[in-house]
Amino acid sequence: MATADTPAGAVRAEPARTADGAPRTGASPGYLRHAAGKLGGALVSLLAVLVTSFFLFRIVPGDPVRTMTRGVPTSAEQLATLRRQFGLDQPLWQQFADYCAKALTGDLGTSFQFRAPVAELIAAKLPATLLLTGVAVVLYSALGLWLGTRSAWRHGGLGDKLNTGIALTLWSVPSFWLGLLLIIVFSVGAGPVPGLFPTGGMESGTGETGLAYVLDVGHHLVLPVVTLVAVGYAQTLLVMRSSLLDEMGGDYLTTARAKGLRDDDVRRRHAVPNALLPTVTMVFINLGHVAAGSILVETVFSWPGLGGLFYQALSVPDLPLVQGLFVVFAGAMILMNLIADLLYPLLDPRVGR
Amino acid sequence: MTSLAWERRKGSAARLWRSYRSHRAGLYGLAGLAALALLALTAPLTVGADVQSVTHAPGTALEPPSARFPLGTDRFGRSLLGLLVWGARISLLVGLLAAVLSVAIGTLVGVLAGHYGGWFSTVVMRITDWFLVMPTLVLAIVLATVMSRSVWTVVLAIGVTSWPTTARLVRAQTIAVESRPYIERATALGGGHRHVMARHVLPNVMPLVLAQTTLGISAAILTEATLAFLGLGDPTVVSWGGMLQDAREAGAVSSGHWWYLAPPGIAIALVALAFTLCGRAVESVLNPRLGVGR
Repeated sequence: MATADTPAGAVRAEPARTADGAPRTGASPGYLRHAAGKLGGALVSLLAVLVTSFFLFRIVPGDPVRTMTRGVPTSAEQLATLRRQFGLDQPLWQQFADYCAKALTGDLGTSFQFRAPVAELIAAKLPATLLLTGVAVVLYSALGLWLGTRSAWRHGGLGDKLNTGIALTLWSVPSFWLGLLLIIVFSVGAGPVPGLFPTGGMESGTGETGLAYVLDVGHHLVLPVVTLVAVGYAQTLLVMRSSLLDEMGGDYLTTARAKGLRDDDVRRRHAVPNALLPTVTMVFINLGHVAAGSILVETVFSWPGLGGLFYQALSVPDLPLVQGLFVVFAGAMILMNLIADLLYPLLDPRVGR
Repeated sequence: MTSLAWERRKGSAARLWRSYRSHRAGLYGLAGLAALALLALTAPLTVGADVQSVTHAPGTALEPPSARFPLGTDRFGRSLLGLLVWGARISLLVGLLAAVLSVAIGTLVGVLAGHYGGWFSTVVMRITDWFLVMPTLVLAIVLATVMSRSVWTVVLAIGVTSWPTTARLVRAQTIAVESRPYIERATALGGGHRHVMARHVLPNVMPLVLAQTTLGISAAILTEATLAFLGLGDPTVVSWGGMLQDAREAGAVSSGHWWYLAPPGIAIALVALAFTLCGRAVESVLNPRLGVGR
């Protein structure tokens, strides 16, 4: 799970609604103003992230050049050359100015460890993370929405209690532990269960192409995705459940029932669309969280993504790489928050005017 | 005057407890926590600090569960059951301290921002928002990497990164409380900023703070385990996350030593679950519309 938000904490993330229910107006001046405000806020946040990431990593103890050349006999001249190469001999403010100027053009510096541009390293690992987290978020949102709706519709019943109970229990499980356990049971094989799935990585590396390659990646994807889904779906479930419970007292549902609509129709066409709003916002915020949250799952399953790269970079420590990944993780959060903010007034015309 | 206030507070605490009692899941959580706290507090008597000693380990390395070692032994031959009981102390301590630190920062920031308003509030909330978009775990990992390895580092890393949610909630509650007439009365009678904040606002946000702390502890325990698992914990003390890291390093995964790996994870999950259940029960007592628990 890894995000610090608690399920109940997320319940309240729903923005305040105004009382009047004016009709939808599309791209009204009010919406444009709202959008411009949010966009400006996001840009300020992004700048703040750049500044933090620079100064945060300057307080890392130890000389990066010495760490880099550990075990390799290096002369003082070579050390000086390396320092000049990475700009470490400049005063701090000049390093900062250089860093900002470069960051704005998409240049995040050069990795100490891999001696390659950070942006390139990140771009190379990005697809794997997008694949893993994308599949996981789609699956756990769908699962959470479905189970949450069922739970709320028959709230207080045995099914509801079981559902929330299981979800809360899985939510409390450390993701890396669940991953390790799944590896023991389904990859190494425990007792009667044979090793069904690979222990890690994204592909077998035997040079499959076409459909065989897709199946191979899918096979490697199963356990990490199961881990992320199991630990993550509780949040969607709880938010969906409580927002549907909120809607269930609504007069419009009584009206719908009085019209003689079937229970299924009342739920699907009247209650759920209204309850979806806070949940949709949360899905986007989750998307931002999950990239950083998959650090552990990627490490445990040796998934060749950003999370694994972050772990590698930390152990050196490879400053430019850690810095770059930090910016990317925080940037993802900001972007997803922005999308949620921009989407919300379109979905619910009562907000943001 | 003070005794009247105390009577009232006692009355409202009794009311809180009465409605808490109707949440069965919350009661289970509370009972579980009480048992666990007892286990952790009596650990020096039942297992003793010797259980951590690598040099005087009683068994051989990686023994499977037996009558002598009910959960087997670790890679140094120490009893895993003993380590599990001893580890509860660190996990609970770090969880509690980190949650208290985080909620204290959040409450302070929230009350100040809500009370003073104006440009001060704008600036403070801007900073809070900025912390809110930071990936919490990444920030905590970075802080734990940057500072020296100790229990306090972990507490600090978790506490400093996880306060913004509380700050937002407390600020909203402060603004709600301060719009009530009795605050106006208090200021008219000459109550200063400090009086209003300490005597009127704080008691009113306390229940919310309690719920946040309980929920925060389970998150903090999970984060502590995560940091320890990544090798960022204090290497000199035994914690559940550290036990998992040990197990992984000893190759428990590839050799299928599930009994080395399973218990610490189950313990973490149970404690986190117990705190979550309590927190949700408190929350739904405060805000019955949430419709959780029951």
